[in-house]
Amino acid sequence: MTATAKRAVVIGASAGAVQALLTILPTLPADYPVPVLIAVHVPPDRVNGLVPLLRASCALAVVEAEDKETVRPGTIYFAPPDYHLLVEREGGLALSSDEAVNYSRPSIDVLFESAADAYGDGLVGVILTGANNDGAAGLKTIMDSGGEAFVERPSEAYASTMPEAALKACPGATVMSLLEIARCLREIQAT
Amino acid sequence: MPDTLEDLEIRLLLEAMFQRYHFDFRHYARASIKRRLIQARDQMGYPTLTALQDAVLHDPSMVPRLLGYLTVQVSEMFRDPTYFKALRETVLPHLRTYPSLKVWIAGCSTGEEVYSLAILFREEGLYERTLFYATDINPDALRAAQAGVYTLDRLRKFTENHQKSGGRSSLSDYYTAGYGRAVFDRSLTSRVVFSDHSLVSDAVFAEMHLISCRNVMIYFDRVLQDRAIGLFKDSLPRGGFLGLGSRESLRFSTHAADFSEFVPEQKLYRRLGS
Repeated sequence: MTATAKRAVVIGASAGAVQALLTILPTLPADYPVPVLIAVHVPPDRVNGLVPLLRASCALAVVEAEDKETVRPGTIYFAPPDYHLLVEREGGLALSSDEAVNYSRPSIDVLFESAADAYGDGLVGVILTGANNDGAAGLKTIMDSGGEAFVERPSEAYASTMPEAALKACPGATVMSLLEIARCLREIQAT
Repeated sequence: MPDTLEDLEIRLLLEAMFQRYHFDFRHYARASIKRRLIQARDQMGYPTLTALQDAVLHDPSMVPRLLGYLTVQVSEMFRDPTYFKALRETVLPHLRTYPSLKVWIAGCSTGEEVYSLAILFREEGLYERTLFYATDINPDALRAAQAGVYTLDRLRKFTENHQKSGGRSSLSDYYTAGYGRAVFDRSLTSRVVFSDHSLVSDAVFAEMHLISCRNVMIYFDRVLQDRAIGLFKDSLPRGGFLGLGSRESLRFSTHAADFSEFVPEQKLYRRLGS
């Protein structure tokens, strides 16, 4: 983990996301200096059960992202089911009903690519467990824009396809266990 | 972040579309529009957005193709069945008290919501006294909406949604299936006016009892959202209803105080008296 100051963290996960996020997010302190934006693949009709679950166990505020709201530090934003979540360069959130990307809406690539555009080298991208390739292209965009990339060690992941695809696209990403990722995220300092 | 060359190209291309063809996407939410333009550039085979702009400026036949990328919307019939259930159970009892009704589906895209509302109103016995206005800026989408033809693979989802919305009939009563397609009954559009109308640049055109504009304003920036909501406000008499997408709200609008929350969880609002 370099000492560069950060502006935001984005996380993508799919199959096995609940346990992975429960390992990481509750360890972040209430005064966490940057926003955390998360895209998890959930069935479109389903109410996002993750939000209440994490709200109960996190010190940070946990919300489902609303269209046009201003991104605030110390808050965890989830993409709502059946919408893509994007970040505007002016620091607002935007939702979209565009077609699924990688068979997914929300898509991790859509979140990561727009966040890379908004935050440049101030962004940390994290790919966790999952059973498809979503997020690999987005993580590469983050690295190409000067941001940092963390990937859950595939051999330890509940589903290894997504972290493997991310590493294939981003050989320079840092491979870590969930606990190591949590520690690195805690060390982040804001710009 | 400083603007990149690509950002500059996007601004110029949107300006060109406006100056030359009066399609105004300049106040669309930028992150989405960027994604769509890059997709258009790559799939239409241009090396840069500037090259795409050159082609569009000099060849008007390129405009519909680009519009297809800029306005593409993926919807389904009775999307968010709970919204239609709330309309059926809480809004329609109010509408029933009027001798004639006007309903505006703003940004109707390829018509899924038009047919949903037409079926809902027919099931509730209100269709014959209602005039529906279905508007969009994309002529191809409007033509598709008017045609009411959907591929059969989508019908399972449409049917499931219709049932969940409290549908009193079978969706299959309203279409004929053949050759992998479902063609919706012409009688469903006998009282629908399909028209080109832009929430960016056009004005109020009639007084409405219900306006449904779902997942359209998420593509607008705050300035444009406010203009559109102002149009809706001016189109609704006191007590008129406005329905938005499940993740949209009036929270950031300067017109918020002109509406009350009617069914907050379904984003149904009601116009307050002025």
